[in-house]
Amino acid sequence: MTSDIERPNRPALSLHVPEPNARPGDEIDFSHIAIPPAGSVRKPDVSASPAETHELVYSLVRVLDDEGRAVGMWDPRLDPDQLRRIYRDMVTVRIFDDRMYRAQRQGKTSFYMKSTGEEAVAVAAAHALDRDDMTFPTYRQQGILVARGYPLRDMMCQVYSNRADPLKGRQLPIMYSSREYGFFTISGNLATQYPQAVGWAMASAIRGDSRIASAYIGDGSTAEGDFHAAVTFAGVYRAPVILNVVNNQWAISSFSGIAGGELTTFAARAVGYGIAGLRVDGNDPLAVFAATRWAADRARLNLGPTLIEMFTYRVEGHSTSDDPSAYRPKNAGAAWPLGDPIARLKQHLVLLGEWDETRESDLLETVEAEVRAAQREAEKQGTLVTSSIEFPQDVTTMFEDVFEEMPWHLREQQAQMVAELEAKRK
Amino acid sequence: MNMIQAINSAHDVMMERDDRVVAMGEDVGFFGGVFRATEHLQKKYGRSRCFDTPISENGIIGTAIGMAAYGLRPVAEIQFADYIYPAFDQLVSEAARMRYRTAGEWTLPLTVRSPYGGGIFGGQTHSQSPESLFAHVAGLKTVIPSNPYDAKGLLIAAIEDPDPVLFFEPKRIYNGPFDGFFDRPVTPWAKHPKAEVPEGHYTVPLGKAAVVREGEAVTVVAYGTMVHVVLATIEAEGIDAEVIDLRTILPIDMDTIEASVKKTGRCVVVHEATRTGGFGGELSALVQERCFYHLEAPVQRATGFDTPYPHSLEWAYFPGPIRIGTAIKKALEV
Ligand SMILES: Cc1ncc(C[n+]2csc(CCOP(=O)(O)OP(=O)(O)O)c2C)c(N)n1
Repeated sequence: MTSDIERPNRPALSLHVPEPNARPGDEIDFSHIAIPPAGSVRKPDVSASPAETHELVYSLVRVLDDEGRAVGMWDPRLDPDQLRRIYRDMVTVRIFDDRMYRAQRQGKTSFYMKSTGEEAVAVAAAHALDRDDMTFPTYRQQGILVARGYPLRDMMCQVYSNRADPLKGRQLPIMYSSREYGFFTISGNLATQYPQAVGWAMASAIRGDSRIASAYIGDGSTAEGDFHAAVTFAGVYRAPVILNVVNNQWAISSFSGIAGGELTTFAARAVGYGIAGLRVDGNDPLAVFAATRWAADRARLNLGPTLIEMFTYRVEGHSTSDDPSAYRPKNAGAAWPLGDPIARLKQHLVLLGEWDETRESDLLETVEAEVRAAQREAEKQGTLVTSSIEFPQDVTTMFEDVFEEMPWHLREQQAQMVAELEAKRK
Repeated sequence: MNMIQAINSAHDVMMERDDRVVAMGEDVGFFGGVFRATEHLQKKYGRSRCFDTPISENGIIGTAIGMAAYGLRPVAEIQFADYIYPAFDQLVSEAARMRYRTAGEWTLPLTVRSPYGGGIFGGQTHSQSPESLFAHVAGLKTVIPSNPYDAKGLLIAAIEDPDPVLFFEPKRIYNGPFDGFFDRPVTPWAKHPKAEVPEGHYTVPLGKAAVVREGEAVTVVAYGTMVHVVLATIEAEGIDAEVIDLRTILPIDMDTIEASVKKTGRCVVVHEATRTGGFGGELSALVQERCFYHLEAPVQRATGFDTPYPHSLEWAYFPGPIRIGTAIKKALEV
């Protein structure tokens, strides 16, 4: 090996491989995280040049302070009804997640992914968009569907891959799609939706439309080439798109340092591409709302894209197939210094005199009942209990939608499969 | 040992013997890989020899090519074979042609491991079998083991090979052989003769198929998970088939196939990848070219269907004993 060669005057090189500062057995330590006080970050005019936002990519937009007050220039001044609607949607997502997680554990489906602690980045942002703006989510923004009033039962049917699954049992659970609700199909291949969102936004501009697009990606997935292609195109064509990076600090077992989060912020990716950027407390629903609305206004005014880092924490495992206690301290999520978005909004509402324990227990009861009822309805349509003969839905549908018209070879294979099933039944 | 342990052991043996061997990929370091194929390696060999990479398959393969160009022997994991496509350009345009375009000045002793295939409810993005795409590219070797013994020996051979090797691991049988019947549990490897895996160094040569069952009536060529489904099928049907486990997709061991087909006069090719343009087409063309006058019936194929992998219907999609049995009977009809 070349390293054996003597070069006495030169030091040996060594490879830096980032490591998180706490592993299982260590005390969880978030002291390295700089958290500026709520309200301390300046809010530029919507027509600001991208460069005027660039100092904000190293800071953190926060509205709710420790007492639950909304402070500073970014306070979106939402009325109590709207705050309660956001609160209710976030609570619904959490209860839904818990139910479906349990359903997976009960063997009713193959897989599930929770968004615990990240409800605000989907729900509050969805409330700040127009209903007909198109979203290009990842598997952790089920909150957009909830905020847009998509039926919970249909979401569950998708998770169960049952007869009423709008996607005919073809997609993994949680990989929803709804054109009508402005929710682009989720891909299992990370980052692919990012340039697609930019393309959708470019098309909207080409056609002189007024709708904008909003894309989501995880911190880990920003390492994919598609992320960089998307940001390049978005900047070049000033596409009317919001590019959200949900920095929940973990990508399965790899911490955000492995994606470059140790070197700079994810929001700072905006700087090199010359587009507007913001770094936002993703556990602060008001900050998420305000930043999204600001970026949406810019996009609508034809001022181009904004990249928003939603700084949050993945409280639960990556998915039902993951055990986070193997790679990070137990209860790391509970120690996250920016708190829980649901608890923070509740505290704010209570402080305003717009919420109390009676209303809280009423809400929990109502939403629990709603989710339970949806689950009952969904399970009437079956769950993913399958055998090599009995399937949750009509097997002949497997050959549909490969093309608009089924070519001869697929018709032949369809017939072959029907014959196989008959043979099995004998 | 199960197949995961055998793969882990191959890494361990090679990292111990040769300090140029490094393991890299998403979640490969501290965690040991989502399937645990690289468990304990970081602890034993340090972070600069076994490390996590950014989620960038293109970056993983591109940098692995650079490392191999330096003289290391990188073993890069792509978490699921379905995610190898972002790295397609680096593999196809760069790795595959490096030796050729530089007249041998640069060679790439690079191994790319990836779990592939269906049967674990992975949906259409965790189930595909991309081997024929790589077989179509001049300059890449593609290997698919069907049992722990072969997995370890073939992986060591791949790491020692001076050229880039794609090593696809049938994740359906990581834990044990699988007979293709839904209602029968996967048998753990512990009960299987192929689970006897030596601790130390040995190789199973690349480019050599194995006759896993001798027979007279028909030759069945399969690889990966399908070897087990074929064996279960012929046992259930009581057919005297000769079963060939291809082990290496490219270069193909035509001598073994040819000898067998000339003996039996019949041939069935089985894989779980989609049918059209699949590797079964190449195999049947080769058999027709070389054994035409010995064939008593057209070569048959039993494969996955030409649709993406459907999450909830994978048990209808997957070639099981009925589909394989039908193909074999067809080959025996004439
Ligand atoms: C192209 C591609 N590579 C690898 C994977 C496997 N994978 C699925 S999720 C994931 C981690 C993603 O992390 P991040 O982007 O941070 O999102 P998070 O899950 O934290 O929300 C990985 C590596 C994949 N789905 N697609």
